[in-house]
Amino acid sequence: MADVALPDLNGEGSGALQGLWQAKPGVLGWLASVDHKEIGKRYIITAFLFLVIGGLEAEMMRLQLARPNQTLLTPEQYNQLFTMHGVTMIFLYALPMLSGFSNFLWPLLLGSRDMAFPRLNALSYWVYLFAGVFIYSTVLIGQAPDAGWFNYTPLSGKEYDPGANIDVFALGMIFLGVSTTVGALNFVVTLMRTRAPGMSVNRLPIIIWGTLTASVANLFAVPALSAACLLLWLDRGFGMHFFDPAGGGQPLLWQHLFWIFGHPWVYALVLPAMGIVSDALPVFCRRPLVGYTAVALATVTTMVVGFGVWVHHMFATGIPPLAIAFFGAASMVIAIPSAVAVFAWIATIWTGRPVFKTPFLYFAGFIALFVIGGVSGFMTGAVPLDWQLTDTYFVVAHLHYVLLGINVFPVIGGLYYWFPKAVGRMMNERLGRWSFWVSFIGFNLAFFPMHISGLLGMPRRVYTYGAHLGWDATNMITSVGSVIFAAGVGLTLINLVVSRYRGAPAGPNPWDGSTLEWSVPSPPPPYNFRRIPIIASRHPLWEARLNESPERSVLDSDLALDHGRETISTTSLDAEADSILKMPDDSLAPLILGLGLTVLFFALLWRAWWPAGAGLAICVAAVAFWLAPTADPVPAKERARG
Amino acid sequence: MAESIVPLARLDVSPTDKRSSGWHGLVFMIATEAALFVYLLFSYYFLASQSAGPWPSSGAPSLAVALPSTFVLLASSGAAQWGVMGIERGRSSRLAMGLGLALALGIGFTGLQLWEWAHKTFTPATDVYGSLYFTITGVHLLHVAVGLLILAFLLVWTLMGRFTKARHEHITLGVYYWHFVDVVWLAVFTTFYLTPRLG
Amino acid sequence: MTSAPLGYLATDGAAASPVTALAWGLIGVSLAVILIVGLLVVWASLRRRGAPSQKETDDNLVGRPASGLAWIYGGLAISVPVLLISTVWSLVVLAQVMKPSASPGLTIEVNAHQWWWEARYDSPDPWRIFTTANEIHIPVGVPVRIKLASSDVIHSFWAPKLAGKMDVIPGLANATWIEANHPGRYRGQCGEYCGLQHARMAFYVVAESPAAFAAWRAHELEPPDAHPSPVAARGAEVFAARCAACHTIRGAEGGGLVGPDLSHLAERETLAGAMIPNDRSHLDAWIRDPQGVKPGALMPAVRLTQADRGGLVAYLESLK
Repeated sequence: MADVALPDLNGEGSGALQGLWQAKPGVLGWLASVDHKEIGKRYIITAFLFLVIGGLEAEMMRLQLARPNQTLLTPEQYNQLFTMHGVTMIFLYALPMLSGFSNFLWPLLLGSRDMAFPRLNALSYWVYLFAGVFIYSTVLIGQAPDAGWFNYTPLSGKEYDPGANIDVFALGMIFLGVSTTVGALNFVVTLMRTRAPGMSVNRLPIIIWGTLTASVANLFAVPALSAACLLLWLDRGFGMHFFDPAGGGQPLLWQHLFWIFGHPWVYALVLPAMGIVSDALPVFCRRPLVGYTAVALATVTTMVVGFGVWVHHMFATGIPPLAIAFFGAASMVIAIPSAVAVFAWIATIWTGRPVFKTPFLYFAGFIALFVIGGVSGFMTGAVPLDWQLTDTYFVVAHLHYVLLGINVFPVIGGLYYWFPKAVGRMMNERLGRWSFWVSFIGFNLAFFPMHISGLLGMPRRVYTYGAHLGWDATNMITSVGSVIFAAGVGLTLINLVVSRYRGAPAGPNPWDGSTLEWSVPSPPPPYNFRRIPIIASRHPLWEARLNESPERSVLDSDLALDHGRETISTTSLDAEADSILKMPDDSLAPLILGLGLTVLFFALLWRAWWPAGAGLAICVAAVAFWLAPTADPVPAKERARG
Repeated sequence: MAESIVPLARLDVSPTDKRSSGWHGLVFMIATEAALFVYLLFSYYFLASQSAGPWPSSGAPSLAVALPSTFVLLASSGAAQWGVMGIERGRSSRLAMGLGLALALGIGFTGLQLWEWAHKTFTPATDVYGSLYFTITGVHLLHVAVGLLILAFLLVWTLMGRFTKARHEHITLGVYYWHFVDVVWLAVFTTFYLTPRLG
Repeated sequence: MTSAPLGYLATDGAAASPVTALAWGLIGVSLAVILIVGLLVVWASLRRRGAPSQKETDDNLVGRPASGLAWIYGGLAISVPVLLISTVWSLVVLAQVMKPSASPGLTIEVNAHQWWWEARYDSPDPWRIFTTANEIHIPVGVPVRIKLASSDVIHSFWAPKLAGKMDVIPGLANATWIEANHPGRYRGQCGEYCGLQHARMAFYVVAESPAAFAAWRAHELEPPDAHPSPVAARGAEVFAARCAACHTIRGAEGGGLVGPDLSHLAERETLAGAMIPNDRSHLDAWIRDPQGVKPGALMPAVRLTQADRGGLVAYLESLK
């Protein structure tokens, strides 16, 4: 029995739209594409590549740490590995992977033809790719960053780390920050302006709430890191004294700036992934999410409070206990909105009818991992206990449970869930189930013993350890578990590649989902929707079956919007249509701007000021070309022929 | 039913008022850049609060150049805004004059700032106060430079006749950025030149 | 629990014990939460397992059965009080441990270096001031104030069985306190990544009866044996010529401050930041090739003939 009448996917007008929106052929066409779906896929593939690289770095460390007193790696090699592992996973995998999902999904979820700024979208990807290359550029000359992913001063200053290592880190973070900022800007404006009529704020999928929250937060958090890195680069290269006590500077200034950025950042790494679960889990429970409003509010609350807890990374630095007490209490209270989300998910499963497909397994497993990561965080929020736990493997356990549990597991579940939409083929279900169990068991085998290693006093960031400290057994189990986990991820990788070419064909809605992306073909045409839908509920494709109100979304409206590349624009809260936006054609300007920035940053790294000027000139030219007003502007009021 | 829900025929195309994507983009770009200055000034106040000796280490900086240059920058914003008001009445020539004047005054501000830099008794490497002074005024000056580039391009495009009464969104957004640069200067000026005098 | 010398689930002293109770309490709460949630997820997933009815399949049924909000209210009703009680408990413990249990009976200045620990025992009488390294003696039953300073990067002073960590930050005058109720050797470890040999920057807090401590303190001030053996005497000359630029031995020639104070070295049970035992073969290997033992250590390899090195080792071993 069909629900809301699916639109005639190849009906009248689709050919014209295809011609307007498809990318030009050839390499230049591929490079100039501004299609959000294309950009989203590039993000996902690149982020997955960094995930694998970061994983290999981890495996090398676990080989070294499997037994005490090993010498497979020198201290310097180990220090570069743990630093690059952190940088890769936290900056080059975690957020870009979620950006990739959001880029691909947002216009499809919102009933729109593209993001608000398609060319800016392309720029954010190119800068991400080039910044990733930049950050890795000194690995091959043995000068990868080596002061840890949070890079404390004075260890990261010129005196104790004189090579290019930290300059690459500092400039690389600023470079990458351009991508993050520009991407965040795009999400925020897209949310505010380019949604389908009727897609009011209380009808937005939770992944929209998650990414929106993360994006607003990033606009205010990323500048703190950029400021810190700028000051560090100036200290190192120009003899300044921001972090140097001898010149009146303060090492703790780095920590404050870094964590004012860093704590909101880790919520940006997980809130969109929680949104993936909040949107996809209900489909496998055959019912809408329990407590939509509570979960949406919990998302925003977590991030807002998340700006007020950064000192919990600095409990042992000698800050007066009264100030610390405030941050400690806030750090424990922030668990409450997370608890709301956990109960909502459990309730959704409990009151629903679970369908045991691979995505469901990943989402159910995620809930358990979320809670384990949450309670270890709750323990570190207790200030006097944190004075024992901090900088031990207990924290390493905590951060891996929250980052893999709350980012990687939902991401992999999300890949199984949306792969059919993106590619038009199903992933192999049997291999998927194997990948879940191997990953889940391997992950817990690897990381749960780390809690114990930490409670037995094993510090972080040690390239080896002595034999009579009681850590031998837990380290061996961790190392073995890590290999099993890697195998699980490997199975997913194999599944992705094989299914891409040999998976069973998928229709528009293989999971019987409720949201708009399942109303378009798999893969979607470049214009997404032949007709812009008009929305009447949170679950357009389930409306008739849920029958909770007489109103019905209209998926086959008269909103063709085919006089060129166009999408509709609405008011921010209630989504009432108020204008038509002209979308830009494909362009190479974003790529050229990205290349100009790359020249600039490499030149700054090697202190080559004339090439830096050249890079800057390329940037200026690209921006001027990109933004130049056209000779024949479109009249302000053009009667749209409906 | 669909026709009455969304009056397609009556919708504006590519609005240039506060409904436009460009306007929203500018607002959030300014927000993130403002946050950058908040963190830089936070660094100043944090380091000042932790400093052992007198702050600033070389005494409160002289207003002799900074105060006039503040007025020059404010005048530059005023000139730019005057130009915007011109194009809102369709007077492209007034826009060109306003932009040109804003550009000249902006270059004047830059010159004054560089002159003040050259005549400081300390360098960025002298101590942390020197580092803060040159870095924060320097980051601001970079934003000024970007603003001057924007004004220059806007002027060229104005002279090419690209802006009309109906369509001049580039002008509106570019000049708002220039006002933002001015507001940032007021915050920087207050921090460096006024707060040490508050006792 | 000497099987885990750096573990802190069993501790000693007023700076650590309230925290240990809190640790066990929160571990208990955490494990309970994990167990309950895990069971709920499994139960929720399995309870309606089984093939859907034909009607359900035909209809692609979706529904909104019980609203489910009760779960959120109920869950919060249980978890929020637990959270609040835990928060209050942790703040109470914070108040208990953040300052010494009584006025400190002793103050030691600990100076952290890459990658060893300097401990200076001050005194109103300048003749009774001395410095030692890596093995810090304290009297039992007395709160001891530790003033912290770093000469290079950020380190963290951490003797887990006695107290939580306190970072040692260049330019800041942080302080912490420890107290041991029972005599013993309590291992410590740097708790903040500080470069190449952070992994091997350990130390010992040696707690002994007040009488033994007083005796140790007095002994530390005494010069080396005035009548060394000929081999040791040769070693003393080697030390003065080749080592004294960086190291100090009270009562001997030279007074370098770059490296650890080596007075009464033979009384210490470990070397190189509590990394290796203090016996002849390890001492010899350390002097011969520091980089081989602790790659990246800032002690250079001083080229000595076998005979010179043998004399030096004998001399150092005589420093009881």
